[in-house]
Formats: sequence, structure tokens, C-alpha cells
Amino acid sequence: MTQYMLGIYHPDGPVPERLAEIMAELDVVNTEMRNAGAWVFAGGLAATSSATVVKSDGKDLMVTDGPFTEGKEHLGGFTVIQAADLDEAMMWAGKYARVLAPVSIEVRPFVG
Amino acid sequence: MIERVFTEEYGRCVAVLTRVFGDIDIAEEAVQDAFTVAVQKWPETGIPPSPAGWLITTARNRAVDKLRREASRDDRHAQAALLHAEDEPVEEGAVRDERLRLIFTCCHPALAPAAQVALTLRLLGGLSTPEIARAFLVPEATMQQRIVRAKNKIRDARIPYRVPYEADLPSRLRAALAVVYLVFNEGYTASSGDQLVREDLCAEAVRLGRLLVELMPDEPEAVGLLALMLLISSRRPARTAPDGSVVVLGEQDRTLWDRDLIVEGQGLVRRCLRRSQPGPYQVQAAINAVHSDARVAQDTDWAQIRTLYDHLLTLTPTPVVALNRAVAVAEVDGPAVALSLVDKLDLLRYQVFHAVRADLLRRLGRTAEARAAYDQAIGLTENTAERDLLARRRDSL
Repeated sequence: MTQYMLGIYHPDGPVPERLAEIMAELDVVNTEMRNAGAWVFAGGLAATSSATVVKSDGKDLMVTDGPFTEGKEHLGGFTVIQAADLDEAMMWAGKYARVLAPVSIEVRPFVG
Repeated sequence: MIERVFTEEYGRCVAVLTRVFGDIDIAEEAVQDAFTVAVQKWPETGIPPSPAGWLITTARNRAVDKLRREASRDDRHAQAALLHAEDEPVEEGAVRDERLRLIFTCCHPALAPAAQVALTLRLLGGLSTPEIARAFLVPEATMQQRIVRAKNKIRDARIPYRVPYEADLPSRLRAALAVVYLVFNEGYTASSGDQLVREDLCAEAVRLGRLLVELMPDEPEAVGLLALMLLISSRRPARTAPDGSVVVLGEQDRTLWDRDLIVEGQGLVRRCLRRSQPGPYQVQAAINAVHSDARVAQDTDWAQIRTLYDHLLTLTPTPVVALNRAVAVAEVDGPAVALSLVDKLDLLRYQVFHAVRADLLRRLGRTAEARAAYDQAIGLTENTAERDLLARRRDSL
């Protein structure tokens, strides 16, 4: 079994109106993952406006307000799953993608 | 002789060993190693009764020895491959063709389309990286990087080595068809060497095409691709003169065309027409079926061919299709109209573009420009037979 991170990339902008409905549907998928023994760990992240970046040039620390990169999309949360191969991981990613459309799901294996 | 065994058996050997070791790099290295041994041994011992069987067994045994040495040095990758090999039988020619699994791995949607084709040509066709680079009109270093990156992704992301689940098959098939057709094209006009046609690659593509039709009989594009390849293949006996030089379609002795392949190809085209779900391969097969209908070149229904190309261009609006359409336009509306279409295309690195331009300029009596265009086409052609044809045409100006 390989562990994969399903990274959930939201478009920037306001929270969708039917958020409660989406969260309920997402819960169904998460329960299905748990029952299948695929679910390992998950976390939802607070808004990018709450992010702080810390960086060092070797001597001093620099602290800046905001997310590391400014883009059109940001990482909103992630789920770690275990799957036999990429096809199985993509099957779960597909379920997320359908519930969360038009959000992008990045499927990325852990090392080793 | 060993070279022929290499082209014929390379893909099968890599496919079996990929299953055995669960790792493409180990499989490729083992097969290349086995061929190196064959080059040393076979001249003395003669070629074994089953060259593929010999190569697979040799490759497996040598790879296992090497992996054992690495595993004893705590190489976890080698340990995993050895463990994998213990559970896998070595016999080849199992119920399902091993190469079909490998083609679906190579054509996985998680790989970029260009990488899919490159990997299939490399792993199943046994083509070298420079050959693949030429087939794609890209620099060799780019192709090398593309192949390495794709193989790393297969390993790191665990792209599976099997025929896809039924639900995934239609989309996976489209990618596989594109790959098979490219293999066929590389075989039909070999990008380098003295032979115009690499029959082994064409045969490989047709074989894979048949397998895909067998696997997905309800997919009209799979049928269309097979029909297309059969109809093109039917003209092969007429395409080369006894001295090895190229004979163009309009000048071929059509009595040499393979009637069995034409009948089979046209039958498949009719099967597609009844389904009425046209796609690019079916339309191209139909174009070739029109050519096959003409007993002499003068009977060719060019108007119908141009209409089919119009349709093809809406389905696949690429410069190469536009170039082919221009050839039909030249027959219907004359070379001047065709040349104005060709000159708008951005295909400067494509030798066929210069050859078509040269021919149109020749027909328009613009001899000096035609000669320059032939020179450009010759400069981009590494296939000796094609280069000779172009040189003959230039010199007859």
C-alpha cells in the first residue's frame, strides 16, 4: 500500500453558498473511505488570510503576513489515504472532485 | 539476425519482466543485458529455438543475481523487486497478452500524452531515444528527459501495471489508440535507416490494433484505426520498386495491392459507417478506402476525399491534417489554390511540408523555388529511400 495526499485546491474568493450541503456530501465520502480502510488522516485549513510565512537567510528570521504563494488557487485542506496504486487513489480523488466541483484535487504520493 | 529478434521480441520481453519485477527500469536493464549476452553467445551456439523464451529466462536470472547482490547491501528497492519476482511465474504467452498491460501503463492518463507515446515506442517498440525524438520532431535531450520523467512517475506514484477497470476503459483506450497509430506511422515511414518501411513496427502496431478491437469490439474508433492501418498496409507491396526506391501513390502498380487487406479494411469501414459515430480514425480509414476503390489513379474520387478531409479537419484541426487536405485540394481546385493553403502552415521542421510545397511549385512551373523546397525536404529526411525519391524529383526538374 502507498500513502497519497489528496490536496484540495480551492479557487480564491468567497465561500460557496451551499457550503453546508457540500460538507454533508463530503462527510459521506469520508465515511466511505473509513469503511474501506483507506482513510488515514485529514485536516481542513483556515483561510489563507490567517497564514504567516517564516523564512531565514541563514542569520536572521524574516516574518511576513500572508500565504507563501499568491495564486488563483490555494490549499484549503487535505486528506491522507492509503491505496494499492494510483488508479485506486484517483478513484477517491474523483469522488472528492465530484462533490467539490469545480475544485481541483492534487493526488500526490508520499515518499517510500 | 539478432537485430531482428531485438525488434520483434524486445517489447514482449520488457512486458513480461515488468510484471515479474514490478519495475520498468529493472525490466529494461535486464532485457538489454540479456541481448548483450545473446550478441556474444548466439554467433557460436546458434539462435535458440525460442529466442524470446531464452531472452526472458536469461534476463530474469541475471537480474535476480544482480538484485541479490544489491539486496544484501540493504538496498530496499532491490529487496522489493526480488520479493515481487518470487510470487510471479515467468512463463510467457499467458492468456492475456502481456504487452496489452504494458500499453495501458504507458498510456495512463496521469502521464502527459507526449510521454505516453514516447514510452510505448521505447518499451514496446524497442525504439531508441533519438529515433523517437525524430518521430516527434523534438530535440533528443527533450525526449530523453520526457522518458525519464515518465518512468519516475510510474514508479513514485505507483501507476498500475494492468488492463484498466471497465469504467476507465473508454478514456484509456483513446490514449492507447493514438499511441498505436504513431507506432504504425514510425514503421510505415521509418525515420532513419535504409529501409523505407520497418515491417516489424507496422506488424506490431497492427497486432496491438487487433488486440484493442478484440478487447473493445464496441469502440468504433478502435475498429477505425485497425481499418486505417490495414488499408495503408495493403499498398506496401507497390510502394517500393525492386531497387528499393519509393513509388508514390499515383504511380503505383495497383495490381500489386494486397486485396485481402483491402477487403478486410473496407469491411471494417462499412462496420463503422453502420454505427455512425464518426471519429478521426474512421474518417481517415474512409479516405483510404476511397483510394483503394480506384483501380487506376485517374479514377480516384478526389472530391469525395476532399470532403472527408474537410470533416477530418473539423474533428482534428492540426496543421498536418491541413497539409494533407491541401494535397486533395490540389487535385480538385489546382496547385495554386493548394499552395496558398500550404504557405499558411507553420510546419517548417516537417519534411513532408517541404515535399508537398516542392511538388506544388513544380506543377506551377516555379522551378527554382521547387528545387529549393526539395533541398529543404531532403535536409530533413534521414530515410535513404525517401531521400533518393526527393533527389530524383529535384533532378528531373
